[in-house]
Amino acid sequence: MSNSSQTLQRSRSGLFSDGFDIGQMLLKGRAFFALIAIIAVFSFLSPYYFSASNFLTMASHVAIYAILAMGMLLVILNGGIDLSVGSTLGLSGIIAGFLMQGVTLKALGVTLYPSVWVVVVLSCALGAVVGLVNGVLIARFRVPAFVATLGVMYVVRGIALLITNGLTYNNLSGQADLGNTGFNWLGFNRLFNIPIGVLVMILIGIIGSLVLNRTAFGRWLYASGGNERAAELSGVPTKRVQIMVYMLSGICAAVAGLILSSQLTSAGPTAGTSYELTAIAAVVIGGAALTGGRGNIRGTLLGAFVIGFLSDGLVIIGISSYWQTVFTGGVIVLAVLLNAVQYKKRAKPAPKASPQQTGKPA
Amino acid sequence: MDQLPASYLAPDIVLSARNVVKSYGNTHALKGVNFDIHRGKVTTLFGENGAGKSTLMKILSGVISPTSGAITLDGKPIHFANSTDARDHGISIIHQELSLAPNLSVRDNIFMGREIMTPTGVNFAEEARQAQSLMEELEEEIDPLTPVEELRLGQQQIVEIARALSVDSRILIMDEPTSALSASEVEVLFKVIRDLTGRGVSIVYISHHLEEALQITDYAVVLRDGNITATADAKDIDLEWIVRNMVGENFDLGSPPTGYDFGEVALSIRDVSVAGALAGTFVVDHLSLDVRAGEIVCIYGLMGAGRTELLECIAGRVPKIGGQIMLEGHEVSRLTIAQRIAEGLALVPEDRQRDGLVQTMSVGENLSLASITNFVRGLFLSTGLERNLIQQSIKAVTVKTSGGDAPIGSLSGGNQQKVVIGKMLATNPRVIILDEPSRGIDVGAKAEVFKLLAERAKTGLAVVYSTSEVGECLSIAHRIIVMSRGKIAAEFSADATKEEIMAASGEAVVA
Ligand SMILES: Nc1ncnc2c1ncn2[C@@H]1O[C@H](COP(=O)(O)OP(=O)(O)OP(=O)(O)O)[C@@H](O)[C@H]1O
Ligand SMILES: [Mg+2]
Repeated sequence: MSNSSQTLQRSRSGLFSDGFDIGQMLLKGRAFFALIAIIAVFSFLSPYYFSASNFLTMASHVAIYAILAMGMLLVILNGGIDLSVGSTLGLSGIIAGFLMQGVTLKALGVTLYPSVWVVVVLSCALGAVVGLVNGVLIARFRVPAFVATLGVMYVVRGIALLITNGLTYNNLSGQADLGNTGFNWLGFNRLFNIPIGVLVMILIGIIGSLVLNRTAFGRWLYASGGNERAAELSGVPTKRVQIMVYMLSGICAAVAGLILSSQLTSAGPTAGTSYELTAIAAVVIGGAALTGGRGNIRGTLLGAFVIGFLSDGLVIIGISSYWQTVFTGGVIVLAVLLNAVQYKKRAKPAPKASPQQTGKPA
Repeated sequence: MDQLPASYLAPDIVLSARNVVKSYGNTHALKGVNFDIHRGKVTTLFGENGAGKSTLMKILSGVISPTSGAITLDGKPIHFANSTDARDHGISIIHQELSLAPNLSVRDNIFMGREIMTPTGVNFAEEARQAQSLMEELEEEIDPLTPVEELRLGQQQIVEIARALSVDSRILIMDEPTSALSASEVEVLFKVIRDLTGRGVSIVYISHHLEEALQITDYAVVLRDGNITATADAKDIDLEWIVRNMVGENFDLGSPPTGYDFGEVALSIRDVSVAGALAGTFVVDHLSLDVRAGEIVCIYGLMGAGRTELLECIAGRVPKIGGQIMLEGHEVSRLTIAQRIAEGLALVPEDRQRDGLVQTMSVGENLSLASITNFVRGLFLSTGLERNLIQQSIKAVTVKTSGGDAPIGSLSGGNQQKVVIGKMLATNPRVIILDEPSRGIDVGAKAEVFKLLAERAKTGLAVVYSTSEVGECLSIAHRIIVMSRGKIAAEFSADATKEEIMAASGEAVVA
């Protein structure tokens, strides 16, 4: 796709017949160059920014957004949107906190303290269930994704508040004699000096890339996001793909929730509020099209790093959080603007409202 | 439009293009083309798929700009900034691919971007009135308030034509306007075209229905690989001339393959109905049909005869009412589309943009989509196997492309159609159903595709295809089914005549 957009640009502006390749390269690699620019500017502004330890700290913040964003990417590739991931992230932390406090079975008069891996598995399963609800609403009952996941977002947040009565679980470390220690491992430990959260992000990134590029499921996902009717008639199980995508997004959100509550050593019912928007922003900055069918993991990871490194940088140089909001917003708008430039040639000149028509010769 | 300014009555050429070149990277779609549009006449552009016809028309109508070359309108050099600019100069175009907004009504589509305004807003009543009269002119019973997505493909094409007619243009470019129209609708369109040329409007016409085009045209121009290779007065030429200049040799559409026996019944439809838009009506009405392995069956019928609905019902796209659909002796009605494909039942849909192609993917990814599970080794896709299949398919259905990685949108319309056919053939079906497979493909490619189907039939593939062109019924089909109002109206063997077939479909036989 790249070369035809390039040629079209070239034919439109014969002036750039040679220099344009650089412009095209900058446009295509915009998330990457934005990241370089951010690092350069903040390294210049603050002596603390450019250091391995700071990068690792920032990366462990990024990991949360990145994991959410990779789940979101799958949904967006499918042509949907998942607004419930922030709530799912919160609920996942709450469930973990709840289980860490011990589950009292009144009938038997015992209190069970599940070990950490059980807690992790149950939280992820919960994320999958939330995703399943989204997926079934959207695929089977044809509720628009925006509305379905908006509703689920409220419900899930409400459940988190109900479970805790609005309070926060502060004791997540477990006790050695109960055999449920180790929850902090996710947030604090390092392997080869790299935070576990970052490693999880890398792992999910690798798996995600493999799934998208090298499996039938990945191809199905791109196809049904690009043109659902055509995909269905080609034998793609579009409904199953759609449900799977929301489940995977839910699982990613649950994993992010576990890492976040472990990093914070506490689980609050309002954790992750509005994170879904950050995740969407990362996906968009990464070059994915909200109409579906276009995007990849690499871009999304870059998008998450752009957002994370920018906001951490602003904190480090001491800019007010109000300005941070403004800057982040600006970056998002700029990213969408550039997406529009990149995909412009796909819009047909004749008026056309159908989203399936994006791949036409202009 | 009735009174053309005297100033340009003088020369016969209203618009001319000189040395037009259009390149997409290393693809040279046009290599220095000279083309004239004759005032008040029909100029037809013939050429193979990918010859550059649409590209040239898009340049003349301001949709794209040429890499180099000059255009003169009424003897004055001109440059169109965009299609609106060209429209303001009196040039409008009917695109090969429909460019309608499916969610909007017929009326809104016709007046999109040119709404009739009053001081208080859009004058919907006037728009509806004009839309209605356009529909009457085209002899089509379509309510202007119907959303376009509820119309059949042929009717959508009519709306597209109506939109171009609603602009009073001096030059009207029609890029395959009839690819989804029935013979009688084409007759109506031709009447409209004669009326327009009578009023001094110049027409450029493109079609792969060569005989049909020959009826209407005054001048013929042949484009081959981006060059004009022949021009002639329509009086001096015949079909053979066109084909010879287009592809260099003569093609016939083949004859039914012989020399083997049909196998068991591969596809058996028993008493199947499909509900119509109104409660209690049927678009497919208690229809039964058997097709044996190795047999090629053609379904002919007018628009609205229920062909598409029948074929989509067999493939699992639309639900059936009652009856049975059996594939090699077992019931498939409960299976999903994917399961039917896995069982060996494949459909090539009618509307390639909406149902056939994933526009965001490459040529290769489109070709392998339906058979993708065949390339899974362990967990992952084998790219080598996939690439082999893509190469083979591109060769088999003769897709003109720079390679499997090219975006599907860079292909000419006919080549996109070939990709859809190749994709379904790659699933190795036992029964293949093709809904208007020849839509938009050139004579050579049509012959290739039919030959391919005939060859596969010899090895036991059951083929069912539908067509609106009688000539195509009498090519490779062993048996011709004529559908009318959801029922089988008549059945013919391969030695039927065109007249018999058309009469059975309830169509006025055209001379
Ligand atoms: N946007 C594009 N990028 C790259 N190549 C293109 C693009 N548009 C058209 N082409 C190429 O230009 C050539 C001419 O295409 P064009 O659409 O004009 O063919 P056509 O004569 O209209 O064929 P058909 O009968 O199939 O409609 C083809 O080889 C096509 O692949
Ligand atoms: Mg064309």
